[in-house]
Order: sequence, then C-alpha cells, then structure tokens
Amino acid sequence: MSIDTIVFFILAATSIISAILVITRRSPIISVVYLVFNFIILAIIYLTLHAQFIAVIQVIVYAGAIMVLFLFVVMLLNLGKEEMLTEKITYKKRIAIGLAVVMSVQIIIGITTSFGEHPNQLSPLATQIGTVEHIGKVLFTQYLLPFEIASILLLAAIIGAVVLAKKRIG
Amino acid sequence: MEILISLIKILVVMLVLLTCVAYLVLVERRVSAFIQNRIGPNRVGYKGLLQPVADVLKLFIKEDIVPKLANKPLHRLAPIIAIVVSLSTIAVVPFGDKINLFGYEIKLQIASVNIGILYVLALTGLGVYGIAIAGWASNNKYSLLGGLRSCAQIISYELSMGISIIGVILVTSTLQLDKIVEFQHGWRWLILLQPIGFITFFVAIFAETNRLPFDLPEAEPELVGGYHTEYTGLKFGLFFLAEYANMITGSAIVVTLYLGGWQFPYLQSSGLPEFWTSIIQVGTFAAKVGAVLLFMVIIRWTVPRFRYDQLMDLGWKFMLPLSIANVIVTAFIIYLFE
Amino acid sequence: MIDNYIPLAIILGFATIFALVMTRVNEWFGPKKSTEEKQTTYESGMEPVRTAHERFSVKFFLVAMLFIIFDIEVVFMYPWAVNFRQLGLLGFIEMFVFLFILMIGYYYIWKKGALKWD
Repeated sequence: MSIDTIVFFILAATSIISAILVITRRSPIISVVYLVFNFIILAIIYLTLHAQFIAVIQVIVYAGAIMVLFLFVVMLLNLGKEEMLTEKITYKKRIAIGLAVVMSVQIIIGITTSFGEHPNQLSPLATQIGTVEHIGKVLFTQYLLPFEIASILLLAAIIGAVVLAKKRIG
Repeated sequence: MEILISLIKILVVMLVLLTCVAYLVLVERRVSAFIQNRIGPNRVGYKGLLQPVADVLKLFIKEDIVPKLANKPLHRLAPIIAIVVSLSTIAVVPFGDKINLFGYEIKLQIASVNIGILYVLALTGLGVYGIAIAGWASNNKYSLLGGLRSCAQIISYELSMGISIIGVILVTSTLQLDKIVEFQHGWRWLILLQPIGFITFFVAIFAETNRLPFDLPEAEPELVGGYHTEYTGLKFGLFFLAEYANMITGSAIVVTLYLGGWQFPYLQSSGLPEFWTSIIQVGTFAAKVGAVLLFMVIIRWTVPRFRYDQLMDLGWKFMLPLSIANVIVTAFIIYLFE
Repeated sequence: MIDNYIPLAIILGFATIFALVMTRVNEWFGPKKSTEEKQTTYESGMEPVRTAHERFSVKFFLVAMLFIIFDIEVVFMYPWAVNFRQLGLLGFIEMFVFLFILMIGYYYIWKKGALKWD
C-alpha cells in the first residue's frame, strides 16, 4: 500500500467515526462540534485529491459560516432538558431507515462494480484542476450562466432570511 | 531533509511567537502606564523585563476551577480551539525571502501554498467556535452574552476583511502571500495602491482581534470578563495568549499584504552579501510588525469603546459597502490602464 | 504540490498537542481545594438565578444567516480576482452584474431594517 492509500483510509475512518458521533451524542452542541470536525476531515480528503480550492471553501463556508448558524440555533434549542429532543420511532423514522438501507445498497453496488477499473492514482491532469486559477478560468467562461444564476439564488436567500426574522424585528 | 527543515522552522517560529506574546503584554502594560501617567510593572528583573516569566509561572500553579453547571468537556475544548487557531495562522506568513545556511537554501516561510491567504480566512472562521463554545459551556450569563456578541462581531467584520483582500488579489493576481510580497518590491507597497482597502482591512483586524475600540465581548463594566469569565489559571491564560498571538499574526498579515512585507526598498540592488540581505529583510519585517503592534497598543489606550449597535452599523452599513466599492473601482482602474 | 501542505499539518498538530498539555497543567500543579462556593456560577456576588441557557435575540440568527450569504458571495470573488487580468472587460461585466443583483438584496435588507441593531 502506498502512503496515499494509508492516509486516505485513516482520514476516511476518522470521518466516518466523527459522523457516527454526530448522530449518537446526547448534547446537540457536542454534535455540532463533531460535525465541524467532520467537515474539516472532509476538507483534508479533498486536499489529498488535489482539490485545494474546494478544500478551503469547505472550511470557510461549511465549517466557518453555516455551522455557526447551526451552533446558534442549537444553543437556543438546548434549554437544559436534553430529553425533550429525543425522538420516538414514528413513521418518519421508518421511512428514513428504509431510505438509508436503499442508499447504502446503492453505494455498495457502486463501489464493488467499479473496483479494479480505475488505477489507484490521480491522472496528472487532476493535479492542476483544483487550483484557484483553474477554477476561476472555467467558472467565468464555460460556466458563466450558473454563476450568474447563483447570484439570484443568493438574492432569494437574503430575502428569505429577512422574511423569516422580520416578525421579530418589526 | 525537507521535513526536518520545516520542523525546525516551525519550532523557531513558535518560540519567537510565544516570546513575542509575553513581551507584547509587558509592552502593553508599560505603554498604558505611560499614557495614564503611572509607572507600570518595573520590579521583576531589570525594568520589569522578567515580569512575563513571573506571570506565566503564576498561571501554572493556579487552581483549575470549573463551575458545577458548566459542560466540562466543552469548557476544556474552547481554549484548545482558540489557541490552535491562533498559533497555526502564522504558517503562511513569509517573514523573509530565503536564506543560505549550512549549504541549504531555506525559504523563510513555513508553508507556501496555492490557497495562501484563504488559509488565514478559514482559520479565522474556525476561531469563532472557541469563543462561542466558551460562552455557552460556562453556563454563565455574562459568558454567553460575551460569546454571542463576539461571534456576531467577528463574522460581520470577516466579510469586509475578505472583500478588502480581493482588492489586493486583483492587483497582484495571486493568493500566495510570498508572491504578494514579491510584487511589492521597491516602493510598490500596496498601501499606496489600495489605500481604502488598507483602511477597511486594518479596521477589520482590530475587530477580529477584539481590540479596543471593538472590545465589546468583554466590555468590563457590563460583562465582567465576557466569554472567559468562568476560566481560571492556564485555561484563561490560553485565551489571553490566543488574543495576543492573533494580534501579532494580524499585524504580520497587515504588513505582508499592504506594507511591503520583508521588502526593504533598493536593498537587493545595494550589492550587500546575500546573507546580510536576508538578515536585514527579516529585521525589516520584524520592525514593521513591531510598529503596527505599537500602533494597536496606543489606539487601545487612547480611544473610547463603541456601543454595540454602532459597532454593527459600522461593519454592515459602512465597511461592507465601502470595501465592495473599493473592489469595483480597483477592477475598473486595472481594466482601463492595462 | 500537495507536499506544500505537510508543514501546515505539522503546525496544526504541534499547536493541538501544546493546547492539550496546557489545559491539563493546572490539574497537575495547582491546588485542589474545591468548595461548593467556588463551583457556583459567577454572577457578581448574587445567588445565580436559573441557568444561562435561555433564549436570546433573534438578531444573532439574522446576522449569522446574512453572513453565510455574503460569505458565499465573497468566495465567488476569489477565483475571479486571481484571473481578472485574463478575463478583461467580460470579467468585469460578469462580476458587476453579480454584485449588482446582490446589492439589490443588500438595499432590501437595509430598508427592511434588518441591519438596525437596538
């Protein structure tokens, strides 16, 4: 096994363990902390795939911005009685379990059928794709329309955020 | 060999950083005493030079008090996050060009990476957790309010900080800090090309480091100690250390982005031996950082504190549009003249 | 190229070990004379009233939400700024349109009073 493979398996195992801890912890704040940790590990996995820009964006946007909001929300939720948050098994949970099983079967099939087809290393092209320079070049020429549409999506999000909080402000 | 060299670099930088923090605290106390017409610490060692050693030793032998209602693992995690983030940020800052030692050419920067300045922004973003978790885990009203205020303040000013950096990137076309410094050779310092960006960035650094006039998170008259009210001994010490380390890294980044980094005008063409050129460059960098730090210290003791609504107004209604306007104007000028 | 990141891993590891040790030091060297009084929450000398885990102003959520949106906007600007010289006029117009649409949103939140903090 090459050193890359060993690093990958360590990172993969860590991310899976932290993901399991996210859903098994009693205190929601601790779950948030593990989720942030999980995002950071994911960023490192991106980095080992030479996706440098995506790796740092993963940390800036997911770990540094979105999870801050999660933390705020969870702080508000957690009014000392953690038992209030425990769920009973309802139909929702049954559907969720069913979907999870289907999903994992899909993943297992996906992995086993493609095993051995791809060599265990990145093509030399892949090492260049992940840099900021390259992403910029492609994003602002080939993928221009999605980029501009993203601004409208963000505009909708701004309005949504204000409408959600407006009743309290007014 | 590469790994060994970077290990040595990291150890040296860490030692220098920690020593600088200790003496920055002493400088701050002496300057504040001077401004307030007091004497300040001058008894331990010659002119108080051993005061930091005494302070640290005292923190080592304090009792560790954790409130009964606090969440213990999170209470311990918070200072760890704060210190890891603040010590690691320095890694991408170049403190010199390169130096020839024992036949090896050593680059005077711990890591030169493609994402460069984004690494700093990513870590700043993670620093929020240290403060928010400290506030929540202490289960103290002052801590919670201080932590929340600090979070909101840091994320608000992070925006104008990020947008100010875009002005720099537009001019230099790179995210790598060593290349940004190389761009600023001679007198091409970015403060001259990006004066508005410099102001918004520098103000944002003040807010990010919770320095006065932005020290609302621990406004003593209303919030006691803010998010670290319930911390004693070295855990409190770590928050303190993180705050001052952030200050040093912050001014190092200001120097790197806007004040020419280690560039000493016309030094490379002066014909000095290469080794001494490198030494002078590192010295220049240290002197610039020292000057910025002294400026931050003096500001702290001469300017009153903002009210919280004024602080948020300044961030969202003034700094944010100003930095966006700066980006558009910069881009337009670059397009017109190149 | 990825090798450049190894020093970052080392420094993060170093800082983590430093922090883990430092948060234990007081348990090793400090006195352990804990009393009931010492362990109460500090409330300026008063008896603590309830816990601190109460509801807090919706303002903080709004700031966090707006931060996410503007942060994503800023993230789009980095690859643009790096390549600006090559993109030329087209790049300038692209980003101008993008920012213009977002400024409509900015104007909206300003007028709605979402940026007012009192």
